[in-house]
Amino acid sequence: MAEMRTLHVFRGDQSGGEEVAYEVPVESGMVVLDAVHQIQATQAPDLAVRWNCKAARCGSCSAEVNGHPRLMCKTRLDAIEGEIHVRPMKAFPVIRDLVTDVSWNYEKAKQIEPFAPKEPAPFTMYQRDVERSQQFRKCIECFLCQDVCHVLREHSAKEQYFGPRFMIKIAELEMHPMDGADRVPFTSHQAGVGMCNITKCCQEVCPEHIHLTDDAIIPLKERVADREWDPIRALFRKPAVR
Amino acid sequence: MTDGMIERLRYDVVILGAGGAGLRAAIEAARPGVKVAVLSKSLLGKAHTVMAEGGMAVSFGNLDPQDCWQTHFYDTMRGGKFLNHYRMAEIFAKEAPDRVVELEQWGAVFDRTPEGRISQRAFGAHSFRRLAHVGDRTGLELIRTLQYKGIHSGMDIYQEVTATHLFQDGAGRPTGVFAYHRQSGTFCVFEAKAVVIATGGWGRMYKVTSNSWESTGEGAALAMRAGAEMKDMEMVQFHPTGMVWPPGARGLLVTEGVRGEGGILLNSEGERFMLRYDPEKKDLSSRDVVARSIYKEVQAGRGSPHGGAFLDITHRGADFIKRKLPNMYDQYLSLADIDITKQPFEVAPTIHYTMGGISVDPETGATSLEGLFAAGESACGLHGANRLGGNSLTDLLVFGRRVGIGACDYAASRQEWTAPSASQVAEAEAAALAPLDRAEGENPYQLHKDLQELMGEHAAIARNRELAEAGLAKLEALKLRSKRLASPGSRMYNPGWHAVFEVEAMVLLAEAILQGALWREESRGAHWRLDFPDADDQGFGQANSICRLDGDEVKLSTRPVPQMPAELAALFSSGQLPVRQGTDQGGHS
Ligand SMILES: Cc1cc2nc3c(=O)[nH]c(=O)nc-3n(C[C@H](O)[C@H](O)[C@H](O)COP(=O)(O)OP(=O)(O)OC[C@H]3O[C@@H](n4cnc5c(N)ncnc54)[C@H](O)[C@@H]3O)c2cc1C
Ligand code: SF4
Ligand code: SF4
Ligand code: FES
Repeated sequence: MAEMRTLHVFRGDQSGGEEVAYEVPVESGMVVLDAVHQIQATQAPDLAVRWNCKAARCGSCSAEVNGHPRLMCKTRLDAIEGEIHVRPMKAFPVIRDLVTDVSWNYEKAKQIEPFAPKEPAPFTMYQRDVERSQQFRKCIECFLCQDVCHVLREHSAKEQYFGPRFMIKIAELEMHPMDGADRVPFTSHQAGVGMCNITKCCQEVCPEHIHLTDDAIIPLKERVADREWDPIRALFRKPAVR
Repeated sequence: MTDGMIERLRYDVVILGAGGAGLRAAIEAARPGVKVAVLSKSLLGKAHTVMAEGGMAVSFGNLDPQDCWQTHFYDTMRGGKFLNHYRMAEIFAKEAPDRVVELEQWGAVFDRTPEGRISQRAFGAHSFRRLAHVGDRTGLELIRTLQYKGIHSGMDIYQEVTATHLFQDGAGRPTGVFAYHRQSGTFCVFEAKAVVIATGGWGRMYKVTSNSWESTGEGAALAMRAGAEMKDMEMVQFHPTGMVWPPGARGLLVTEGVRGEGGILLNSEGERFMLRYDPEKKDLSSRDVVARSIYKEVQAGRGSPHGGAFLDITHRGADFIKRKLPNMYDQYLSLADIDITKQPFEVAPTIHYTMGGISVDPETGATSLEGLFAAGESACGLHGANRLGGNSLTDLLVFGRRVGIGACDYAASRQEWTAPSASQVAEAEAAALAPLDRAEGENPYQLHKDLQELMGEHAAIARNRELAEAGLAKLEALKLRSKRLASPGSRMYNPGWHAVFEVEAMVLLAEAILQGALWREESRGAHWRLDFPDADDQGFGQANSICRLDGDEVKLSTRPVPQMPAELAALFSSGQLPVRQGTDQGGHS
């Protein structure tokens, strides 16, 4: 007989809900998403869950496993001791079961000025000059950093702060060697970089190991500070690469 | 609910799919004054394309200046065993450089050469280092670039909206699609002058696959049900290297980049067996050859413990591996507790790509049905009997753009609107609701599993007449069951309900694959017949298979493979690889 484990999975919607316990036979190397699929296939065909790649590449299967924001396809059952509780991300309104409404993120994304090349491609750019941008472009938009950031999670300050995901989006563009736009005032005002108080929780949960706070948010804060304290100098230059 | 309550929206061009092909098409089609809708069954940026790893093939010649479009064309046709539509391969090889540069213009940040150009890596059966890449996450780079370009290009993107039916006028031309919002379960009719299918492949029909959840072929099935011609459906690619263990990770891709960066394949005796099967290209031989070689080693009793081969890249050193293949390193460490910088790891063939699909016109992406277009993995023609690694991402760009132009021009040529009738809508609605109302019925997950088992046994890497015939016979029972699928629960984000549409599509496409597999009595590219182990260049090699739905039945016919004009044919008759002359002009990016 296969070993069995119990998953307590949130079932419900906007009107409320509760955790339901499901028994699942365990295979070696199994991840939480495998277990959720097991439940779907044999016990609860309508259990709502997002997933696409099952390879930690698409960022669809974000949820909270025992309170920790995680990709379900990258979280092994054998790494969890004791009970397993799976709940939807808390920072976003639940739609059903493990699926949340993340549309707010897509609205914010649209407000950021897109890449504005200074000259037509092909570009001459060196590896060392693109490494920062590339680090941020690893983002799989799982929104786990948004989920964990207390500004969005506890204080629901979604009107004042775009959240860490979009700080690195801005940083990625600002640090692109061929970008000619200036997003510094936007970062300070609309995007609200000042709301971040550098707790670094976001970079701890990022499945892509992106150094959100150290490499993006702090440098962005510096650029904003630089500009806002020294307006004359700012008139004459766009912040240099890196 | 009656039609009166179903929302109707009107667009010149409706594009099904927000993968690389769909987004590239939409960017092109969204000209001023042209209304474009993109539908995607997942969230934006999550499409299957995001999984692509190794790179996109383009003959920049940044590292190997002899490379040119002719060489890329030559490799693509040879890799496809000449079943490709030569004109598609020609357009593809010629236009690829502009499309990739354009991506850089839109913000993609490729890995660089020391001279500051786009770096290119070696890949199976490409004569030169040709794949523009970003580590092992090139698909993510492509989709993110197109996604952020797209949201500023004036198109309407409908996320988590699944199309279930294609409406047609009396002449068979599409008039729109019936779709539902997965989050709310409500229906919507998208009226359209032109419809583009860019819904990707159907690898999920098999159990051991590298494909994402999305690859279930609904778009291709919509086209087929509407009467469009499907081509070369028997051609399904096995990627030689998928993960083997643990069971939950079985099939997950191990990028060809591992071998591109120097990894070698070993059998249980430690022998580098590819030297025997292809002394010239060795571990970087084409995918069909490498996959079959692993299969043969396992059959001969020289397989790895879980029935595969060993892949070893330890000699490149930990730093190099972590920098060039970070996702692979992470994938094995987190899922299998294996450090690939320290030890060889097990790999085995996995279903990866569907070369067959909706037959299209190379210039415009028009299908055999007026007003219906297709591009990307759902379309067929470029790759022939075997797709070369890296050729798909570039395919999405080149033909995504062309289909965008084709659909847009066609929509402009249609003056009048023909809206789907109320009764057509009511019928589509009833069909969509039926599985929810059926109290007793088949579980779609179970039927999906049974289909996967059938295909794994009867249309897998090694085929023969008996297997294909028996597979078709078994499929009859599954077809009957697929008409009685049931999904209890509400309409709101109900995955069981969604699975019904997927399984119905896959059962239909499976029949075309099995029929093609039975018909083609030769071995060519990915299609390996044990009872006909050789290629039949003068016979079957001259024909494409065509499948069409006639009433309820899939009918197979054939069509001659289009013949190359003399100047292209000459590239193959000289016995030499066509290369760029005067190498100093190489590398234009
Ligand atoms: C692991 C892996 C690695 C790969 N690596 C490479 C590589 O390195 N280089 C390369 O060239 N190729 C690679 N490929 C192949 C390549 O990624 C795919 O062939 C390609 O991305 C397919 O793109 P597409 O635009 O045709 O479709 P997809 O990306 O599959 O997109 C399909 C779209 O259609 C939508 N859709 C589907 N059905 C419906 C419906 N009914 N209603 C509405 N929308 C629908 C989906 O939501 C999605 O948006 C790889 C494939 C895999 C699996
Ligand atoms: S470091 Fe800033 S952005 Fe990150 S979690 Fe803390 S407050 Fe939020
Ligand atoms: S930065 Fe990391 S945690 Fe945040 S969305 Fe991107 S991948 Fe997810
Ligand atoms: S399913 Fe794609 S990240 Fe988990």
